[in-house]
Amino acid sequence: MSTTKKYWKGIEELQETPEFLKLQQNEFAEELPVDKFLGDENLIDTSTNRRDFLKFLGFSVTAASLAACETPVRKAIPYLNKPEEITPGVANYYASTHWDGQDFSSVLVKTREGRPIKVDGNELCMITKGGSHARVQASVLSLYDSARIAGPMKGGAEITWEAADKEIIEKLIASNSSGKSIRVLTSSVISPSIKSAFGEFALAYPNTKVTTYDSISFKAMADANLASFGKAVIPTYSFEKADYIVGINCDFLANWLSPIEHARQYAQNRKLSAEKKNMSKHVQIESALSVTGSNADKRIALKPSQLGSAIVQLYNKVTGSSLQSKSLDNKDAAIGEIAKELKAQMGKALVVCGSNDVEVQKIVIALNQYLGAYNNTINIDVVDNTRQGNEADVMSLIEEMNSGSVGALIIHGCNPVYSLPSGEKFKAALSKVGYSISFSDRADETASACSIITPDHHYLEAWTDSNPRTGHYTLGQPTIQPIFKTRQALESLLKWAGNTIDAHDYIAKIWESTVYPSTSGLTAFSEFWRKSLHDGIVTIANTDQSAIQDALAPAIDLGSSAASISATAAKASGVELVIYSKTGLGDGSQANNPWLQELPDPVSKVTWDNYVMMNLDEMKEKGFNTILGQEQKSDTVEVSLGGHSVTLPVLGQPGLPKGVIAISLGYGRTAAGKTANGVGANAAGFIQFKDGYFNYNVSGVTVSESKGKYSIAATQTHHTMMGRQIVKETTLSEYKKDAKAGNEDILYATNLKNIGKDGKASAKELNLWDSFENKNHFWNMSIDLNSCIGCGACVISCNSENNVPVVGKDEVRRSREMHWMRIDRYYSSDMNEEKAEAEGIGAIDKFLKMEVPSSDEVEVVFQPVMCQHCNHAPCETVCPVLATTHSLEGINQMTYNRCIGTRYCANNCPYKVRRFNWFRYNENAEFDFNMYEDLGKMVLNPDVTVRSRGVMEKCSMCVQRIQEGKLKSKKNSERPKDGSIKTACQQACPTNAITFGDFNDESSEVRKAWDNERKYQLLEEVGTQPSVFYLTKVRNKNATEA
Amino acid sequence: MEQNSTVTVRQPLILGKKSYHQISEDISRPVEGKANRLFKIVFTISALLALWGVGCFAYTIGTGIGVWGLNKTVGWAWDITNFVWWVGIGHAGTLISAILLLFRQRWRMSINRSAEAMTIFAVICAALFPVMHMGRVWVAYWVLPLPNQFGSLWVNFNSPLLWDVFAISTYFTVSLVFWYTGLIPDFATIRDRQLKPRMRKIYNILSFGWSGSAKQWSRFEEVSLVLAGLSTPLVLSVHTIVSMDFATSVIPGWHTTIFPPYFVAGAIFSGFAMVLTLLIIMRKVLGLEDYITISHIENMNKVIILTGSIVGVAYLTELFVSWYSGVEYEQYAFLNRATGPYWWSYWSMMTCNVITPQLFWFKKIRKSLIATFIISIFVNIGMWFERFVIIVTSLHRDYLPSSWTMFHPTFIDIGIFIGTIGIFFTLFLIFARTFPVIALSELKTILKATSENPKQPHH
Repeated sequence: MSTTKKYWKGIEELQETPEFLKLQQNEFAEELPVDKFLGDENLIDTSTNRRDFLKFLGFSVTAASLAACETPVRKAIPYLNKPEEITPGVANYYASTHWDGQDFSSVLVKTREGRPIKVDGNELCMITKGGSHARVQASVLSLYDSARIAGPMKGGAEITWEAADKEIIEKLIASNSSGKSIRVLTSSVISPSIKSAFGEFALAYPNTKVTTYDSISFKAMADANLASFGKAVIPTYSFEKADYIVGINCDFLANWLSPIEHARQYAQNRKLSAEKKNMSKHVQIESALSVTGSNADKRIALKPSQLGSAIVQLYNKVTGSSLQSKSLDNKDAAIGEIAKELKAQMGKALVVCGSNDVEVQKIVIALNQYLGAYNNTINIDVVDNTRQGNEADVMSLIEEMNSGSVGALIIHGCNPVYSLPSGEKFKAALSKVGYSISFSDRADETASACSIITPDHHYLEAWTDSNPRTGHYTLGQPTIQPIFKTRQALESLLKWAGNTIDAHDYIAKIWESTVYPSTSGLTAFSEFWRKSLHDGIVTIANTDQSAIQDALAPAIDLGSSAASISATAAKASGVELVIYSKTGLGDGSQANNPWLQELPDPVSKVTWDNYVMMNLDEMKEKGFNTILGQEQKSDTVEVSLGGHSVTLPVLGQPGLPKGVIAISLGYGRTAAGKTANGVGANAAGFIQFKDGYFNYNVSGVTVSESKGKYSIAATQTHHTMMGRQIVKETTLSEYKKDAKAGNEDILYATNLKNIGKDGKASAKELNLWDSFENKNHFWNMSIDLNSCIGCGACVISCNSENNVPVVGKDEVRRSREMHWMRIDRYYSSDMNEEKAEAEGIGAIDKFLKMEVPSSDEVEVVFQPVMCQHCNHAPCETVCPVLATTHSLEGINQMTYNRCIGTRYCANNCPYKVRRFNWFRYNENAEFDFNMYEDLGKMVLNPDVTVRSRGVMEKCSMCVQRIQEGKLKSKKNSERPKDGSIKTACQQACPTNAITFGDFNDESSEVRKAWDNERKYQLLEEVGTQPSVFYLTKVRNKNATEA
Repeated sequence: MEQNSTVTVRQPLILGKKSYHQISEDISRPVEGKANRLFKIVFTISALLALWGVGCFAYTIGTGIGVWGLNKTVGWAWDITNFVWWVGIGHAGTLISAILLLFRQRWRMSINRSAEAMTIFAVICAALFPVMHMGRVWVAYWVLPLPNQFGSLWVNFNSPLLWDVFAISTYFTVSLVFWYTGLIPDFATIRDRQLKPRMRKIYNILSFGWSGSAKQWSRFEEVSLVLAGLSTPLVLSVHTIVSMDFATSVIPGWHTTIFPPYFVAGAIFSGFAMVLTLLIIMRKVLGLEDYITISHIENMNKVIILTGSIVGVAYLTELFVSWYSGVEYEQYAFLNRATGPYWWSYWSMMTCNVITPQLFWFKKIRKSLIATFIISIFVNIGMWFERFVIIVTSLHRDYLPSSWTMFHPTFIDIGIFIGTIGIFFTLFLIFARTFPVIALSELKTILKATSENPKQPHH
């Protein structure tokens, strides 16, 4: 029985005096003195009359409403107690490690006022040497992803860590004691501490078994090495030592194994100078045109089913063996040619193959052995730990899960429901698992089907360590307080295993017992630890060298491998499908990152979608639209194989053989977040699991007729150079004869008597304008087109450094992307001036044919283009309000505040590098990307203005970095050292294609590049005199191929 | 006798045996009478279109230039096309009022008033575009060389856009003053005829209290002559400067020294076409057939043949020079105009501007109202396409093929263009109902010299 207590307000109420009862009836307990007030005789004499009253009233109302109209104040709150290491306005850098199961990179993180805003390669790292990859560059934005979950979640509801831990431990103990197995499904673990934590976990729960799974498998390679050398390992490569490189279906420059490292090595042996007049030759044999294939000196396009035969043929022709192989129709001679050249490069050759067919990999190993690649260009002793996956284990795990014998499943660092070909099966099996735990940072396809999600930190919030390869160790430290209530997977695992140590202490402990003892040990551990944290990396010399070079592995029966390859090839029928991964999204784990979605694919230049790549002629035969355009929609087709089908638009791709289509992985996410969901379609379902391996080249695919129309958003819709001297190119043999080959001076006839010979003069000498005097500094940039591989790391780096907005697919389709730098990609065309002249083809026909790229033997060139910082800039003269002007240091600078947005400068720019803010891209719900969200805005660089709508913007040559560098030097009373100031694009470039510096410094690298015979300025004949210049591209081609 | 002989050789400029009073009657009738139904319908439509255009402008200012079809490669399209088109249209009025006055061409007297009005309204429409196409309209005043508190900020006198600011504002001011000066005696005539005191007062103010004294007439003549002298260089300079927006750039297809004369001829060409379009309707609707006669129309058609032929020669010269220059970018730019994705706009321009006006060599066509009206519409369309071709086809494929793209107009682009047509016609219709559409007092001066009235014996 409930009682309603009554509280009395005063003694009168308690006693209920009649006086009180009477007054209680009134609204006001005491009489209001109205009469008294009105009866005041002096009232009439008051100075406040009715008019005054109204004035007061009016004033008060106005004042009140004016006060309400005040613009909201955004408070910048200074530190009450300034942390010792943080000075507002000064960046701090921390070494860390990026590893997401896909890309390894030791990185240097730039933080401002406690938030990481930029990730760049760590120059101390022997693997990447400061280079980076688009996905690594973009990873800083993934930290500020609003799709991340804010804490542990169960059944879609947030719970506390205490509750989660309690439940998980209960379930694990229950599962363990019931005799059911506990399984851990993880992406490749390269962290010694996590490995150790798995060990501790298994000690606590003895039924535990760890299964490793890579979204893109390298299993066949490991197994082939096991068969050949008795070690199931992935070797490491030294492309810089190779004078002859054959890549077979292997995108080693952008997407395969360790692309940052490969790109650097590759470019190293392809740089030319007065001292080094030789470069490697690179032949690529592949189906779909990859970034690597685009850079090849010679590319042979084959169907996927022919690739195995090509390798066997190559082996036969190099070694003189006669293994069983199928003819490649008209390509046999080309393989013979390569074999001849390969043989001449014994010990300096390298064959790499991306196939996941163990028999193919065995032949590749034998071929490399024959060529003396081991211990020269391939190192089997320093092994790569980043690919340890075993898909056969995963497939048996699914069966085990289905049988109901799995009591608990822990999923770490992977998303099998999305990335497994049998993802749906995995999901179904997941429901039969007693208890499933995901470490995912978001409720992704797999995590949302798990019993509980215990989100891991982003790597920038965590203590991490890694051992990506033999002798290489890296450390990572938190660069920000955890944004959400997440907890590092390492700590979670240890906690469930009964160890409550924190991640830092645990890693230090592991290092003290493992890494530290292998060092010289001259310093104390604490000192070693401090230095390792500071550097981010520790390299331990590898002393264990085995001499495998001499011992050809006779145990391998190559005959049966060749027979198996032939049999596989014979089985291929119908349309063949290549499943590949793109430079932007890779396996799709960072798909919710708008920078990556908007990064144009290096080859196709398409953003925001995956698509079916198809041969252009074949498309015409089928009546598909082959032209990309704003309003020209592509045809969509349904591609199906087995039970899986996707509907995607078709894109014409030069260099792709007929009868082959290609679809990239990484798209078609359904639970990654608002940016990624519904973009493209998931091609993982096409991957075939056969004989224990995932097969990424499949045949017997059916492609439907046109199912509809779909707009593809590409940043470049015109593909050829139209016979213009835009990318200047020559062959190595020509270059050796004359370093100016392909870059001959163009002289114009003039009527000037005092100039050149016969009155002929170069564009530089013909000038209408006064020159600027750049007395102090004169910032110049050189771009070596022979080094640029087109990977796009610079583009993301620029976006990140300069707060470049993401505009979304529809705006990209309308040719309104905001990227300050772009990488132009041109295909070769079968038509050229000489041919037209020889065959008597008229101008109209000639140009129409020039627009069409070569179909089969297409050559590709890349050219990064940003503002050229012209010294006679067309944009500067036309601005009516002087919003774009020339700095005293040679930079063409843009004053956003002054810009009124006439766009005249953009029209008059011959390079079309100026970008106009068509809308307000920040804080605009129409552009719901990172700049719309408070969280996403944390990535913005405070040194760079966020542009408002209606103003023009463009590359500033990272003027904020120049300023910072100059101030730093000034504090030391010195001139900035060459190389101490780096632009964002330069810093990101894995191949060091970009050189930036002061032209007035005569010893600077950029000055040396200026004096290089290969130097040319883009569109020199327009007379703009750019401060950015290029070095010609040199292809290592035979006289017959040239 | 000399005067008589000219009269017999040439068609009289005023038909139907008019007296001075009759002229006043005829021309004041639309001002004094009530609007008919047709007028109300047309006015409503024009006003609605104008409102629609204003709405599109407001949407653009509110949202951003992105609501137009422009992109990173094509930074100007319909906006500047419309601007140049409207400015060009304005040119006929100035030419008629200034140059023909100096040349003592008497046939100008019945058309100059409305042609000048057209100039004013066309320049208003034109001036909207350079302002509206700015990304930040609210700071448009920064193009004016005003003393300011932004530091030492000044405008860029190298920029042709700045020259435009001066050219257009001068042009507008001089045209307006010239036009208004001519209106003063006519407003006085209307004032004197008004019976309603309020209207009388209004027209009295408008006529600045004109009394018609000999001194006033003498001043009037002097001012007219001075203003004509001031306007004459403007006929040439305004479009020359507009053409320099393009000619001083580095874009193939823009970077051409032929532009100034070619643009001026084109402007007069399009201006006369628009005058014809308007007058053929106006003379019918307002019953002014006796004042705007077939011979007036024929004279204007002759100007159209002349300027149309200049324009045609300019087109061919451009083609020749692009080939002769040996510059691959120039060559491609012109080849692309004729055969590229915008071939239809190029051939529309060629057909409308080069071929159709040549039909005026036939006297029958020259004197046919319907044929003239149709051809004038063709010329208007052709001249719009000319500007579109110059701007868009040059920009969309310039130096680096990687940036080549297309321009597709949006509904807002179209809405704004139609809106300015609405604004133009709304203003013109208001003008036709409230202003004397023919220069009354001037016309009266030639009544004796060139009309069907029996010749008075020479004094």
